[in-house]
Amino acid sequence: MTIDWSHFTPWTALSGGLLLGLASALFILLNGRNLGISGILGGLIPPKPTDAFWRLAFLAGLFSSPWVFKAIAPSTMLTAPRIDAGVLLLIIAGLLVGLGTRYGSGCTSGHGVCGLARLSSRSLIATLAFMAAGFAVVFIARHLL
Amino acid sequence: MHRLSEFIVGLVFGLGLLLSGMTDPGKVLGFLDLFGQWDPSLAFVMGGAILVAFFAFALAKKRASTFLGGALSLPTSNVIDKRLVIGSLLFGAGWGLAGFCPGPALVSMAAGQEKALIFVAAMVLGMVGFELVERR
Repeated sequence: MTIDWSHFTPWTALSGGLLLGLASALFILLNGRNLGISGILGGLIPPKPTDAFWRLAFLAGLFSSPWVFKAIAPSTMLTAPRIDAGVLLLIIAGLLVGLGTRYGSGCTSGHGVCGLARLSSRSLIATLAFMAAGFAVVFIARHLL
Repeated sequence: MHRLSEFIVGLVFGLGLLLSGMTDPGKVLGFLDLFGQWDPSLAFVMGGAILVAFFAFALAKKRASTFLGGALSLPTSNVIDKRLVIGSLLFGAGWGLAGFCPGPALVSMAAGQEKALIFVAAMVLGMVGFELVERR
């Protein structure tokens, strides 16, 4: 292992993380819910009349974030994302993420942030599993193939 | 009031993803490339997020209702089974293939990234597939 110092951004990573934590904190303390993106989205498939509106309100906020970010962030922070995956790979990856997060009842936010913050052993196992699979797939793709 | 709060929480969460670098699959894959040129940034994202959320959940566990007077529903399941582990492994594999997890993919789609739209369409299809199998 060697550290990639040229891409290492501890301060924006930490500040962004604090914002994710703040959002999770507000969500449980004001709305009484565990913040998990795959669960919020998955609950809309299919939408249920009594419970769709809070999900849509959350998603509306999430969808406006790039536009607010563009308006307030310094121009040096507005770099284009690096998306190397081609169309076929994106489709396979998307299917796996959609299916896997629903079977595993959570993703990076619900298990990885809120679950670990609640000290849930179930979320710890889920987080270790998806991290291990992520490390393994990148290892295979970048160093074996 | 609740709808406003959910909107703001979604907005703050999205801003956190954008600021942290989570919406850049190249950065995510740099973190997952533990045995290559490793970018440890995302460990700081998780650390910062968990730190703040930890105190909020500790407070929430002691309360009967939210600060807006609504019901507080903390997840109750402690079940560790095959579904949890296999589902999480599948999710992690997909995450490692493209560098997108659900939140950043949705934010990138909203920002107009075509590739994120393709990923999200497939992700929603995967979720529909889950519902169809579950509700047979």
